[in-house]
Amino acid sequence: MELDPLILSRIQFAFVVCFHAIFPVFTIGLASYIALLNGLFFANGNPAWERLASFWTKVFAVVFGMGVVSGIVMSFQFGTNWSNFSQASANFLGPVLSYEVVTAFFLEAGFLGVLLFGRDKVPQGVHLFAALMVAVGTFISSFWILAANSWMQTPAGVELIDGSFHVTSWYEALFNPSFGYRFVHMGMASFLAGGFVVAGVSAWFLLRGRDVPANKKALSMCLWLLLVLAPAQAVVGDFHGLNTLEHQPTKVAAMEGNWETQSHAPLLLFAIPDKGAQENLVEIGIPSLASLILTHHADGVVPGLKEVPVDEQPVVALVFWSFRVMVALGFAMIAVAVTGLVLRRGGRVYSHERYLKVLVGMSVTPFIAVLAGWIVTESGRSPWLVYGMMTQAEGLTPSLTGGMALFTLIGYIAVYAVVFWAGIYYLLRVIRHGMLPEEQEAPADDIERAKRPFSAAHIPFDDDDAHPVRS
Amino acid sequence: MQTFDLSLIWAGIIGFGVIMYVLMDGFDLGLGILFPFAPDEDSRDVMMNSVAPIWDGNETWLVLGGAGLLGAFPLVYSVFLPALYIGVFLMLAGLIFRGVAFEFRFKSKRNRHWWNRAFCWGSAVATFAQGAVVGTYIQGFETEGFVYVGGALDWLTPFTVLTGLGMMAGYSLLGATWLILKSEGHVQDWAYRIAPRLLAAVLVVFAIISVWTPFIDGGVRERWFGEVSLIWLLPILAMACAYGIHRWVKLRREGMPFVATLSMFVFTYLGLIASKWPVIVPPDHTIWDAASAPESQLFLLLGVLFVIPIVLTYTAWSYWVFRGKVRAGEGYH
Repeated sequence: MELDPLILSRIQFAFVVCFHAIFPVFTIGLASYIALLNGLFFANGNPAWERLASFWTKVFAVVFGMGVVSGIVMSFQFGTNWSNFSQASANFLGPVLSYEVVTAFFLEAGFLGVLLFGRDKVPQGVHLFAALMVAVGTFISSFWILAANSWMQTPAGVELIDGSFHVTSWYEALFNPSFGYRFVHMGMASFLAGGFVVAGVSAWFLLRGRDVPANKKALSMCLWLLLVLAPAQAVVGDFHGLNTLEHQPTKVAAMEGNWETQSHAPLLLFAIPDKGAQENLVEIGIPSLASLILTHHADGVVPGLKEVPVDEQPVVALVFWSFRVMVALGFAMIAVAVTGLVLRRGGRVYSHERYLKVLVGMSVTPFIAVLAGWIVTESGRSPWLVYGMMTQAEGLTPSLTGGMALFTLIGYIAVYAVVFWAGIYYLLRVIRHGMLPEEQEAPADDIERAKRPFSAAHIPFDDDDAHPVRS
Repeated sequence: MQTFDLSLIWAGIIGFGVIMYVLMDGFDLGLGILFPFAPDEDSRDVMMNSVAPIWDGNETWLVLGGAGLLGAFPLVYSVFLPALYIGVFLMLAGLIFRGVAFEFRFKSKRNRHWWNRAFCWGSAVATFAQGAVVGTYIQGFETEGFVYVGGALDWLTPFTVLTGLGMMAGYSLLGATWLILKSEGHVQDWAYRIAPRLLAAVLVVFAIISVWTPFIDGGVRERWFGEVSLIWLLPILAMACAYGIHRWVKLRREGMPFVATLSMFVFTYLGLIASKWPVIVPPDHTIWDAASAPESQLFLLLGVLFVIPIVLTYTAWSYWVFRGKVRAGEGYH
């Protein structure tokens, strides 16, 4: 069988970006949470906030470091596997992606060091300011990345001259039609991820009776946040979907598993889409509901996949099922948040064993939902790389062979497997290690310590120290 | 709008970024290559401690250079990366492994030998790949219009293997002279012992490359042998630096061998630029062919001019904070 460099490059990009995305999604939400904790401590001086802040800052440091390591590969992939696309879109994408790098460096040079290492060295107000700037900085970073991605989904502000995109309006290109929806949807997803992880970890500590007062505070905060965010995210997601319907109807048709353009389109709960036969083999749905959701009228017309030729349709089953995974997890998050509200009566929420265990389990769901959502939006636009203007096949590196693509795909999987095993393993150790005891001062030897993310955590990597607590 | 040449400014910025990267990541990659030859585990601690606080700042320049290339000279980005596809993968994999080794080696005891290996092999592979990139740049690329059309392993030739090995020798020399500066006692003795051997290796490889290159590229031959010009000063200065290294190592001076090695790299680099200028994607494409649209170059220039002074200040500050000798069993744990 001939190896197809296009498919392999798509798999490789998807693999690398999925692995990478987990970390920034987490850091964006966590950075804001840390800034909030520092702000609370600044406002009322309760040491519980400070202990929570310094614990989560350690976790943040490790996750941020892993995000940086996994991101390096991303910045080279555009050139190695998608050189025609890089060459054609460099006038827009080059500056935008570079600005993301510039933002990240500015952050790291300016404020991250102060946040991670400056707690006892700078005035409390300066430390809080650094925490706020790191939180703002993560949003500026995601602004550039999401502007670039949204431009590929709904290109604007450019004209195509001799096979290259030339920017006619930076404003229109950056704030293209889908950008605002994607930015808000993603920002809230990051907050949900941060919220569910903090809630899950707090629940884990509560189950073991460790640092109960501080973890109660943390859990309570998170549950209020989730109670607002989880339902709001469903509303934002709906608006995002309507925006997609306007600009990328084929993607929505794939999300709904809808082949024929029709009114009274059903909302399918289960289906096995068959692209070859151009129909669903099995389907179970609620009549007219898709029309109602997408057009707000039961008899509204919903576009079908057959509006475009077969070779302009995405992998329907992948889009269809990823969308359902995302939505189902979204509803599960709402249910958990609402249950938390109910259990608050009498304070049962802090001691209800089964609920706390559910919270521990829920901490991975936002990440799965985010990845599923990105699969919907990325694979749902295929075969387009720049929607309506450049296909994935046109963007591929011409000299790339299937063998080369397979070699690096396997290579990246191997590298990431080792690196992320080590990273996640270490992250879990940092979390299990927990907060500093109340009476203990922070170690004073920080002056000699490297000012880099990982060195903010001093927990040993393996167990063989006589005192495995801290070095 | 065309009162100043943005492509020229950008060539300056990228050129500066590349040499900053080579000088700064060069010595910590070199320490990785020398790692298995160190006299004992304590010296390895010293070696790693001497660069642990600063190595990631050094790699800043690589990422900035990569992103800047896409923004300012997309042709370089979209020809070099496909042409060096396998090499780039090896370099990234190497850099990732050694980066992780930095973080975890000090945090583990039982698994330390694995992180030692990751550090050494990651450094060696990344260095070899970078040397091969230089060799490939000298060799040139098979392009049709603005697209690379050569094969997957065109970059791997006897010539690029030689430049790869040369880079390993060069970075090792940087690492050894850095270690002379930063260490004392038996670690420093060891560094003094190996520096002359590494210098000899560098000189042999560079001599072969210098003789070989004019045969590969007629343009280079023309530039150097067409008429005698000021560019001959560059190799002369590089040789003077080599003599300086030899002399100052013998005199057991602590700072000068490192400074002389850095200078030797700078003059060699300038010599390479002088050979090719203004071609940036050999054999045919100049910096102006490779440039992105002027408005894109300008848009990005604003941000980069803002951030480069900050990065430089931060870098200088990190080196200042961690100045002085590194001793075994102290500092970064």
